[in-house]
Amino acid sequence: MLVVVNGTERELADGATVADVLAALDAPPRGIAVALNGEVVPRVDWSDTVLPPGGAVEVLTAVQGG
Amino acid sequence: MDDPLVIADREFGSRLIMGTGGAANLAVLERALLAAGTQLTTVAMRRMDAVGGTGVLDLLRRLGIEALPNTAGCRTAAEAVLTARLAREALETNWVKLEVVADDRTLLPDSVELLDAAQQLVDDGFVVLPYTNDDPVLALRLEEAGCAAVMPLGSPIGTGLGIRNPHNIELIVSRATVPVILDAGIGTASDAARAMELGCSAVLLATAVTRAQDPERMAAAMRSAVDAGRSALLAGRIPQRFWAQASSPAR
Repeated sequence: MLVVVNGTERELADGATVADVLAALDAPPRGIAVALNGEVVPRVDWSDTVLPPGGAVEVLTAVQGG
Repeated sequence: MDDPLVIADREFGSRLIMGTGGAANLAVLERALLAAGTQLTTVAMRRMDAVGGTGVLDLLRRLGIEALPNTAGCRTAAEAVLTARLAREALETNWVKLEVVADDRTLLPDSVELLDAAQQLVDDGFVVLPYTNDDPVLALRLEEAGCAAVMPLGSPIGTGLGIRNPHNIELIVSRATVPVILDAGIGTASDAARAMELGCSAVLLATAVTRAQDPERMAAAMRSAVDAGRSALLAGRIPQRFWAQASSPAR
């Protein structure tokens, strides 16, 4: 299935979770947050949250600013 | 701690809050932050890319500086609330510098969206530090909404124009029961000292240091200026007079 990760389409296996996306991105374990279709997915739910086809995933971290 | 800055339930020895934006690289930023002696420093939330990683967070952690996430780039209350919630997840803090700007040319706060976002975030348990216009009425409204501080601008972000309406800052300070933090517009050390002399509890600045020709030296200057301004306030300045008053005895 296709999902949109940080604005880019990605092909993932059906049943893929938020944790699978983070693994594919090689995301660090700390300092990041995830939104799925505009809602925050708490860290404790990353491995249980299955992505819907076409879902929009945003993976954010802190950068220099302000 | 002598004369600490108290925000919500936290005490800080330094009254200089720094931003991390604009530094040429992390090594320059590190030297500037150390010279500033800051204990609280803002970061922005952006999409993760493979290149940037979490370098700025690692740096702040290593220096023992608290990261204060902001909602820079948000135009609506809804965007700002989502960004604050993501920051809370990512940084494991319920503190947020709330920024909701109206347009790219002025970067001035959108007061309507700001107050809406502030109320939502306070209700959600955040310690909200709103970046606001130098509007004494809005500052009171933000305080009534439960914000832990109010952060009026001296002038627009990145302009270095200093404090354009010092009387408004004094009005805000005179009625606030939460800390007033002068945020944005500081250009040089005298601006930071002035903010403290006007009664602000702290100064938040970034560009004035990070884009100075020598960021480390300017950071040290800002630290001294904040200390000097605070001391002058506490010392109690002489009244201004129209006519001269001799300081030497007449005979």
